[in-house]
Amino acid sequence: MSNIPLAAYLVISAIMFFAGVYGFLSRRNMLTILMSLELMLNAADINFVVFNKYLFPGQLEGHFFALFAIGVSAAETAIAIAIIINIYRNLKNIYVDEVNKMKF
Amino acid sequence: MMSYTLIIVVLPLLMFLVLGLLGSKMKPAVAGLIGTLGLSVVAALSYFTAATYFLSVGKVGGSFQTIMPFNFEWLQFTDKLHIDLGIMLDPISVMMLVVISTVSLMVHLFSFGYMKGERGFQRYYALLSLFSFSMLGLVVATNIFQMYIFWELVGVSSYSLIGFYYTKPSAVAASKKAFIVTRFADLFFLIGILALSFYSGTFNFQELTSQTGPILGQPITATFMGWSVVSWAMMLIFIGGAGKSAMMPFHIWLPDAMEGPTPVSALIHAATMVVAGVYLVARMFPLYVLGAPDVLNIIAYIGGITALFAAIVACTQTDIKRVLAFSTISQIAYMITALGVSGYGGHEGLGYMASMFHLTTHAFFKALLFLGAGAVIHAVHSNEMDAMGGLRKYLPITHITFLIACLSISGIPPFSGFFSKDEILVAAFEKDILLFGCLYFCAGLTAFYMFRLYYRIFWGDSNKEYKHTPHESPLSMTIPLIFLAALTVVTGFIPFSKFVSSDGMPFETHIEWSVASLSILVGVIGIVIATIMYRKENKISDKVAGSIKGLYIAAYHKFYFDEIWLFVTKKVIFNYVSRPIAWFDRHVVDGFMNLQSTITNFVSRKIKFAQSGEIQDYAWAFIMGAVVIVSLLVFI
Repeated sequence: MSNIPLAAYLVISAIMFFAGVYGFLSRRNMLTILMSLELMLNAADINFVVFNKYLFPGQLEGHFFALFAIGVSAAETAIAIAIIINIYRNLKNIYVDEVNKMKF
Repeated sequence: MMSYTLIIVVLPLLMFLVLGLLGSKMKPAVAGLIGTLGLSVVAALSYFTAATYFLSVGKVGGSFQTIMPFNFEWLQFTDKLHIDLGIMLDPISVMMLVVISTVSLMVHLFSFGYMKGERGFQRYYALLSLFSFSMLGLVVATNIFQMYIFWELVGVSSYSLIGFYYTKPSAVAASKKAFIVTRFADLFFLIGILALSFYSGTFNFQELTSQTGPILGQPITATFMGWSVVSWAMMLIFIGGAGKSAMMPFHIWLPDAMEGPTPVSALIHAATMVVAGVYLVARMFPLYVLGAPDVLNIIAYIGGITALFAAIVACTQTDIKRVLAFSTISQIAYMITALGVSGYGGHEGLGYMASMFHLTTHAFFKALLFLGAGAVIHAVHSNEMDAMGGLRKYLPITHITFLIACLSISGIPPFSGFFSKDEILVAAFEKDILLFGCLYFCAGLTAFYMFRLYYRIFWGDSNKEYKHTPHESPLSMTIPLIFLAALTVVTGFIPFSKFVSSDGMPFETHIEWSVASLSILVGVIGIVIATIMYRKENKISDKVAGSIKGLYIAAYHKFYFDEIWLFVTKKVIFNYVSRPIAWFDRHVVDGFMNLQSTITNFVSRKIKFAQSGEIQDYAWAFIMGAVVIVSLLVFI
């Protein structure tokens, strides 16, 4: 395991991140957008763990932070879903391009 | 010591708050009763204060001391300069307490009958309380700034009481006129206060007027346009007083102020507020007489001219309240003149004492005249003399009390006006024969116009037909008349110089029979002429008016002072000062601001389409922005 280079992890997480960005920008369904958001967060979590392991072995802050971010993102997702449900109840619609009332 | 005097001032304020806030929930009679009871307490305390002060506490070592039962620092500017609020008792403030609370109580009582059934009865009593509070606060002021604050407060209460019938356009116009004219004069007052306190470093009356104080002790040598700054300051302060006391040329508001309810005219525009200017000069008298004698001389002449002018105008007016208003102006001018011719200390200060004496007696008999006029108006429902005549049969009590007041103001002994007017004439005679002649002639005119008024109301056309038979007023209105008539008879016998003098030292006066007999003579002549002309309806008065037509018409139009003021303000100031300023404001100041808003508006209209409402557009912009920034950081 130790012979896997740092760059490989970073490439994986970069791919995940930009897949998330792409999904965020191109999907219309809010739930899919939410999933893309999770993808970006997970990419960041991977970076935390990897940097901790390679740059500061023997310390655990990066691991803790990853766990912490997972917890936060879970809470955030719950709120986001609540918002989406409310939007659905009010507008009968969860497609972002049709939920565009907040403008000039 | 004597800290109960605080109640005298605070109680009317409390009543104002209670009546003002809860008045609409009370029955009118209850509100009136609360106001009257409160004022009775105030009056009783004032009498007690006066008795204590004049008879025991005040006199230390043969002269009257100034007592400050209460004083606290309200606002501090510098170490020395601070505005205090407090109570100062000295002979004139104690005297004023008695005068104000007596007249105010009588007016409260009188209004019960006079204002019965009026809309806003509670509001009326609340405002009366506010006025009493402000006026009492004014006279006990410890420093000139406190006086100024209360000075404005009486202005406000006068404004709201003149405009009490606020649905009547003439009343609204009159209240605005009164407020604006007096406020305009008060501007000079304020400048005077600031100038005086700038050079002396204090507002306090005691320090200002003390002989070793910052002004009289070390004379200020600074001058401005050839006049010492003290003279300037005192002149400006007097202009403030002239505005309140309706001296020429600021008198124009007082006749119009008669639009208010008659008891209000009796209280504010005859007995108390309009003498505030006299009181102000008396309060700062040492400064005038020792620090600025040239100003005092001007004051004397302004007073003399105003007295003559107002007396002439009073002879031609037909609205009974306006006659009384001009008579008030004339009598206040008497007081001002008396102050102007006065010296300092002992018999030299006779004018000062005479002025305060006349202030007191005038307050009582003029309040009586106004309340009598109120009773007449109440019976006839008109202000015009032509609607009256022969009323002595219907209003016996009003008739007798009115006659007493007329005799008093005409200077016929043994009524109070004789004594005080005599002292003024003596003081003028000793100082300036020209002013004496002026005042002497006025005394005759006063007797003439007062008896013209008297005859035209109560005599004249005795068989006049009235739509409703006039009837005597209810008890609540006749009791104040009788009480004030009794005061008018007795106040003349008070040995005033024993209590009030320019330097606090009592001195002896006696009636100068040479002058007194002359003044009685001229009074009697005035009365006789009035009797010939007006006792029975005849054509003599028209003939006389015809023979001096020019003067008569000019006097009837009040010597065109209103027109002059209107010309100055409307034609000159509005056109040549206000209009350019308004143009500058509208086009330059507003224009700059409008330009800014127009630009903002234009730009925002152009860029508002960026706000599409599509989240992904925003996210796209955000991410692209992030990419650009990161690449800048990385590659540069």
